Amino acid sequence: MSKESTYSRRAFLKASGAFVMLASIPYSLKAMYVDVDKLTVVPKQALSITVSINKKSYSVPADTRTTLLDLLREELHLTGAKKGCDHGQCGACTVHVDGERVLSCLTLSAMIQGKEVTTIEGLADGEKLHPMQQAFIECDGFQCGYCTPGQIMSAVACVKEGHTGSVAEIKEFMSGNLCRCGAYNGIVQSIQKVANA
Amino acid sequence: MRPFSFTKIDNAANALAAKKEKSQFIAGGTNLVDLMKKNIAQPEQVLDVTTALSSEIEDFTKGIRIGAMARNSALTTNAIVLEKYPLVSKAVLAGASPQIRNMASTAGNLLQRTRCPYFYDVTTACNKRKPNSGCSALEGENRMSAVIGYSEQCVAVHPSDLCVALAALDAKVNIENSKNKKSVISFGDFHRLPGNEPNRDNNLPENALITSVEIPSNGFQKHSAYLKIRDRDSYAFALVSVAAALELQGTRIVAARLASGGVAHKPWRWYDAEAFLKGKEATAANFSEAANIAVQDLKPLAHNGFKKEMLQGAIATALQQCLTV
Ligand SMILES: Cc1cc2nc3c(=O)[nH]c(=O)nc-3n(C[C@H](O)[C@H](O)[C@H](O)COP(=O)(O)OP(=O)(O)OC[C@H]3O[C@@H](n4cnc5c(N)ncnc54)[C@H](O)[C@@H]3O)c2cc1C
Ligand code: FES
Ligand code: FES
Repeated sequence: MSKESTYSRRAFLKASGAFVMLASIPYSLKAMYVDVDKLTVVPKQALSITVSINKKSYSVPADTRTTLLDLLREELHLTGAKKGCDHGQCGACTVHVDGERVLSCLTLSAMIQGKEVTTIEGLADGEKLHPMQQAFIECDGFQCGYCTPGQIMSAVACVKEGHTGSVAEIKEFMSGNLCRCGAYNGIVQSIQKVANA
Repeated sequence: MRPFSFTKIDNAANALAAKKEKSQFIAGGTNLVDLMKKNIAQPEQVLDVTTALSSEIEDFTKGIRIGAMARNSALTTNAIVLEKYPLVSKAVLAGASPQIRNMASTAGNLLQRTRCPYFYDVTTACNKRKPNSGCSALEGENRMSAVIGYSEQCVAVHPSDLCVALAALDAKVNIENSKNKKSVISFGDFHRLPGNEPNRDNNLPENALITSVEIPSNGFQKHSAYLKIRDRDSYAFALVSVAAALELQGTRIVAARLASGGVAHKPWRWYDAEAFLKGKEATAANFSEAANIAVQDLKPLAHNGFKKEMLQGAIATALQQCLTV
């Protein structure tokens, strides 16, 4: 497609997009503080992202807005890491980047280029569960399981960092992972079990 | 989130050259990405400065220099910080979560924006987010809001814990502006009070970079405490917090520092209380009197009157903790 035709097509889409939005939202309903310039469409930007996940290398085209969590779940179909809040407030999306626990929902994919990501899918050794996964099963470290991938990734890091000196210390250093089912006692026991193994 | 272009920058000069009006630097992303998702920050260009700036923590004769990209978690494990500036690591440990501290940078922590619920809710009026739209918190849900130094325009508080310790320790912020000129802003002058321009959180010039933060050497290694009171035990922003540091000769106070978070638009220093403590004996009665002096000028709003008593107790307790930790 020639440059000119791309431009005119985009200009047309932009104009018609803005028109449709304006026409479909009654002014009375619109939030008072939305500026008109926020209705114009900025063209989206794509990047090719090269990253190593669970020791496997991937090269994926992605919108610059894609977070690591969305890259994992939507593009690579690694749905272990969960989206709880999408705003850094729950820990369900915890993964390791270069061996450290981070929140994938607040990490832009573009920023993990060349780094090593480990997700819950990369923890087991074939069919053999990671000791922390085994401990969560044995200690009833979960109920519904939604927070569990984040809890386990965080727990593995907590042990590695050496923050397992007391129940209070474990609780403090696991406070970034919320559990709506309240499986906290089992989670603390799982961590103690692995730390003392 | 609005579309943006993404560029990784390899040094400070290139970062400054690339910075335009509608571009924003990104470090850990823990605040910026959140604000972009909410359409509160809408950069057209995001400039990744994670490898452009230093993450070193260096000891020099007159103090310590913390690179702009030093992670918050590094401040909790670094041997120099733990030995000579333990107040800094205590404050950082009281904030956020291990995952967020692993991501967050020193510069980003200074520049994080308020957690006022109206700032976050784009359907409400907020002078900080949209100048001249009004302040919903002034007459609204202001339980978490300021009790001192606010204006009719804005009652938001600065959310950082690290910054409270840096304010107490008279830190300095090293910056480089768009013309590559280096300068220093003392910590007390870095963050602003809202006045008539609540959209401006601080005095960092437009398009400038923070390159490092310095803390002058001090005599507070042995006696410091950070006390944070919040709605849950951990992983919550402060209702009020207190950074306290004492330099003692025997039982006599040679120098005292007191600062608070959760009370104002900037980390707040209690200078009158510090002056009272200087030269006094380190006793519970004097700590309690210092706390009385600190809270006497507070002007709570409709829903945060509790902060006065809470702060009074927190200051006396933090000073007492300086003697035991
Ligand atoms: C759920 C949650 C809970 C939290 N709880 C706490 C808490 O209890 N206490 C606390 O103190 N903090 C807390 N935080 C905030 C956290 O500490 C900050 O988000 C973090 O410090 C910001 O650092 P960053 O590197 O991620 O900044 P970014 O998000 O990358 O950047 C923040 C701002 O700084 C600018 N910037 C970054 N680096 C530079 C530079 N070198 N020069 C100029 N501009 C720069 C960016 O353009 C952006 O505007 C919490 C955050 C979350 C999400
Ligand atoms: S989804 Fe990332 S912290 Fe909740
Ligand atoms: S097990 Fe259900 S949320 Fe934690």
